[in-house]
Amino acid sequence: MSTAISTEWVSICPVEDLLANTGLCALHEGEQVAIYKINPCEEYSQNFLYAISNYDPIGKANVLSRGILGNIGNHLVVASPLYKQHFDLFSGECLEDPEHRVKTYEVRCFNDEIQLKKSAQ
Amino acid sequence: MSKQRIIVVGNGMVGHRFIENLVDSPSADSLDVITFSEEPRLAYDRVQLSAYFSGSTADDLALTSEGYYQENGVNYVLNDKVVSINKSKKYVVTASGREEKYDKLILATGSYPFVPPIPGKDQDHCLVYRTIEDLEAITHSAETSKVGVVVGGGLLGLEAASALTNLGLETHVVEFAPRLMAVQLDEGGGKLLRRKIEDLGLTVHTEKNTQEIVAGENCRYRMNFADGSFLETDMVLFSAGIRPQDELAREFDLKMGERGGIVINNQCQTSDENIYAIGECALWDGRIFGLVAPGYTMAKVAVSHITGGTEEFTGADMSTKLKLLGVDVASIGDAHGNTPGAQSYVYTDEVNEVYKRLVVSEDNTRLLGAVLVGDVEVYGNLLQFKLNDMALPDNPEALIAPSVGDAPVMGMDALPDAAQICSCYDVSKGAICSAVQNGCTDVGAVKTETSAATGCGGCAAMVKQVVDSELASLGIEVNNNLCEHFDYSRQELADIIRIKGITTFDELLSEYGTGLGCEICKPTAGSILASYGNEYILKKEHIGLQDTNDIYLGNMQKDGTYSVVPRVPGGEITPEKLIVLGEVAKEYDLYTKVTGGQRIDLFGAQLHELPDIWRQLIDAGFETGHAYGKSLRTVKSCVGSTWCRYGVQDSLSMTIAIEDRYKGLRSPHKVKMAVSGCTRECAEAQSKDVGIIATENGWNLYVCGNGGMRPRHADLFATDLDDETLIKYIDRFFMFYIRTADRLQRTSVWLENLEGGLDYLKEVIIDDKLGICGELESEMTKVIGTYQCEWKTTIEDPEKLKRFSHFINADEPDSNLAFVKTRGQRRPATEEEKITAIEVVE
Ligand SMILES: Cc1cc2nc3c(=O)[nH]c(=O)nc-3n(C[C@H](O)[C@H](O)[C@H](O)COP(=O)(O)OP(=O)(O)OC[C@H]3O[C@@H](n4cnc5c(N)ncnc54)[C@H](O)[C@@H]3O)c2cc1C
Ligand code: HEM
Ligand code: SF4
Ligand code: SF4
Ligand code: FES
Repeated sequence: MSTAISTEWVSICPVEDLLANTGLCALHEGEQVAIYKINPCEEYSQNFLYAISNYDPIGKANVLSRGILGNIGNHLVVASPLYKQHFDLFSGECLEDPEHRVKTYEVRCFNDEIQLKKSAQ
Repeated sequence: MSKQRIIVVGNGMVGHRFIENLVDSPSADSLDVITFSEEPRLAYDRVQLSAYFSGSTADDLALTSEGYYQENGVNYVLNDKVVSINKSKKYVVTASGREEKYDKLILATGSYPFVPPIPGKDQDHCLVYRTIEDLEAITHSAETSKVGVVVGGGLLGLEAASALTNLGLETHVVEFAPRLMAVQLDEGGGKLLRRKIEDLGLTVHTEKNTQEIVAGENCRYRMNFADGSFLETDMVLFSAGIRPQDELAREFDLKMGERGGIVINNQCQTSDENIYAIGECALWDGRIFGLVAPGYTMAKVAVSHITGGTEEFTGADMSTKLKLLGVDVASIGDAHGNTPGAQSYVYTDEVNEVYKRLVVSEDNTRLLGAVLVGDVEVYGNLLQFKLNDMALPDNPEALIAPSVGDAPVMGMDALPDAAQICSCYDVSKGAICSAVQNGCTDVGAVKTETSAATGCGGCAAMVKQVVDSELASLGIEVNNNLCEHFDYSRQELADIIRIKGITTFDELLSEYGTGLGCEICKPTAGSILASYGNEYILKKEHIGLQDTNDIYLGNMQKDGTYSVVPRVPGGEITPEKLIVLGEVAKEYDLYTKVTGGQRIDLFGAQLHELPDIWRQLIDAGFETGHAYGKSLRTVKSCVGSTWCRYGVQDSLSMTIAIEDRYKGLRSPHKVKMAVSGCTRECAEAQSKDVGIIATENGWNLYVCGNGGMRPRHADLFATDLDDETLIKYIDRFFMFYIRTADRLQRTSVWLENLEGGLDYLKEVIIDDKLGICGELESEMTKVIGTYQCEWKTTIEDPEKLKRFSHFINADEPDSNLAFVKTRGQRRPATEEEKITAIEVVE
């Protein structure tokens, strides 16, 4: 048993609660985090879970977890459900307006649970 | 080395562009910039000002943000006017008493509306049209006004008139000259424009000289004209031209034009070499330029001169193209044919209300000017002929004649690379071509790369032509592909799904597409799959395809909450059900409003509340209203023969039957229907995709109408139908539309693009010319047979309900939501209200 792991990562929910190609929102350290599950697809990602801030800085509402996932060129993106700007899931950058960049989080699947990494103290 | 200090007086469109150019210049680091604005905000898009009346907010109009200025080290002072200049000691003083030294001073003070010196002009409700504050005042005044008069029938005046009409006022335009837009249009063009505008319900009065504005009898004011006539009105909006804002130059002794304007040279310097003037306040070669593009060029020239460049301002083209009250109007160069020897070609079509005039040189080889009203498609081409002084084809009249056979299109190859395509961002043909060569293969990419067509948008068609022609010359095929993931149009994808019997997006993508998909192709495929398969849209294979509204079965509002709209077929509702709606709204504190679709919309529901709300509604016998889907919305109705003294058929029973039949039908765009019980047409059926009007003998069927931005009356499709035939035709009509329309194409646009038009549509649906009517009917039968209320299915499935909470791991609601009470109900708080609310708490 490794206690180190459990202190660094927080479990959010069972991985099957998140349907493929959709997102959900988690409350993590007081912040709203959008977590997505992508169909594993070699070209774009080795991972299948991504986490970025849930706040859409352009629409000014906590909605990014409810956007449509996909790719634009070689960017893996979510389209904001409000005004459809694309946010890169790796960098958090808004493709249409790089002035806007949302926070990204480390996320993983561990023992069939989705986990977010705690921020360094 | 100390930095060079630059002061920009005025943060309007041109002042801001100057600063942008400066920030982007290589010498930006050695400059220290400060700008003063008399207005309470940074630069906004004055050209799009009227969009404020169609819903744009001050934020939408903003050209920049305080963040951008801060990041780039530009100092800005709002709400403070520069009131004096000390030229020898090189400093300015503002109204608040602030003194700032400069090395270079830029006057970008724009202009102000000219208000003729008419007695009575200074009363309340006598307004102008230039700033956001002006528009707020107009909106405010409109609330207590019924009639509005615009003084001035020029370009801006007509725009203002359009705004007043949109605000619901009975609108008049009063013009001193004998015709509208006298500067830009010739007599024929002005006449047609007038006719078109009068068709829209506005009244135009020409050759009227207002003498005084006095108290009115039926309205607030009465305007007395020199010829003895008068007009009563509640509001007067002056739009009688602009005057350069040159008071600083006047008071502090810079050289001025006789009739105003700050004189500048080719470098945009005034009579003091350290002071520049740019934009609408500047006078070059005796001329003021009242458009934004020349101002932008001046901004560029001034930056170039300050940073050691050699660019010069050598005049600008004043051609314009615009849409006034929905009427397209354009004017190029010498529209009046004033050039000695000039000859004209004129084309008039009174039936379709089109007027075009070409003014050509004496030898018939060069274009001098043009006037276009009603159809301005050739504007871009004509402008290029003019700007580049290109030789006209042998038969120039063909440029404006209606296209019988092949019209001579100007090959884009003929255009020189230097030709300016986008005047807002000064993008040349060469720049667009090289963007294409460097990998921009569609207009979207070219727009991002070059900024072309991202200003006024007037050049968009031309940009597309250049892009297409460059792609063609590079041997790249021009396509109407849905998006980067599918090399097919929506119609082709619909065929594939239907013929190959495809049932999931993954299957479609792996066989016919690439990549992962996106927010364009996923909902499109989701909609086609639903049109043919009609499976539960939140099924795990389909859920990721659903657009913003579908995915939570509600319309997402600006703050992330949802609206709840149960179906109320035909608007008929029992008092018991009405009470349930009221009780639910009360329990969840939902903002409640009656929609234009004869039903009731409850706003402000949070994700976690949706299932409980719908459970109560479904228990009371409601169903989802599909207000969130690209699908059938409502069937509007009048009461018809059951109550109405005039009704000849039972329109309400028919309405309820067809709403029930087509509810939930997913389609390329939303579709609306209506049924009227007699020819008086109280249900406004002719503004719907499918409209039905009762006759003595049955039903008349109308198709392909719509309201909205570009209203279109429906076309009469068939007359005196019995119930059964009526339904049969509608079934076929809908399925044919679903099969062949483009993504987000309303039936109106679909019909306009359908080769053969209405006659062809009749052949397909009434005469079964294609032999597909059997198929269309059975497809419809299948969809109807598989209908389910999506909310009912959802609340019965605990797995699906998990998604209806804001957090997967906490029971809290979204902490960013905040509401404010207005007229007894709550609404989302604005960003400002949220900030002040937080301050109060802390
Ligand atoms: C409704 C409307 C529609 C239009 N449509 C079009 C169109 O379709 N196409 C087109 O090309 N043009 C159009 N125009 C014209 C276009 O908006 C102007 O050409 C452009 O805004 C000029 O820019 P500017 O910076 O010179 O002046 P402005 O944008 O007027 O900016 C000047 C700024 O300086 C400020 N100022 C003035 N004096 C001082 C001082 N002493 N101290 C501090 N600040 C000061 C003013 O308050 C103002 O904010 C339209 C204008 C209007 C009003
Ligand atoms: C593309 C342009 C349009 C958009 C984006 C749009 C958007 C919307 C939205 C989001 C709603 C739902 C409000 C809610 O419940 O949350 C709505 C409802 C409505 N809109 Fe529009 N609309 C458009 C054009 C039109 C037009 C052209 C008309 C009529 C001429 C119209 C008439 C209505 C009506 C009657 C309703 C209420 C419908 C109901 O009862 O469900 N809309 N529209
Ligand atoms: S409901 Fe329609 S008209 Fe009203 S604000 Fe929304 S989109 Fe605009
Ligand atoms: S359309 Fe005819 S039947 Fe219907 S309410 Fe109007 S007058 Fe009566
Ligand atoms: S000309 Fe205005 S955007 Fe190109």
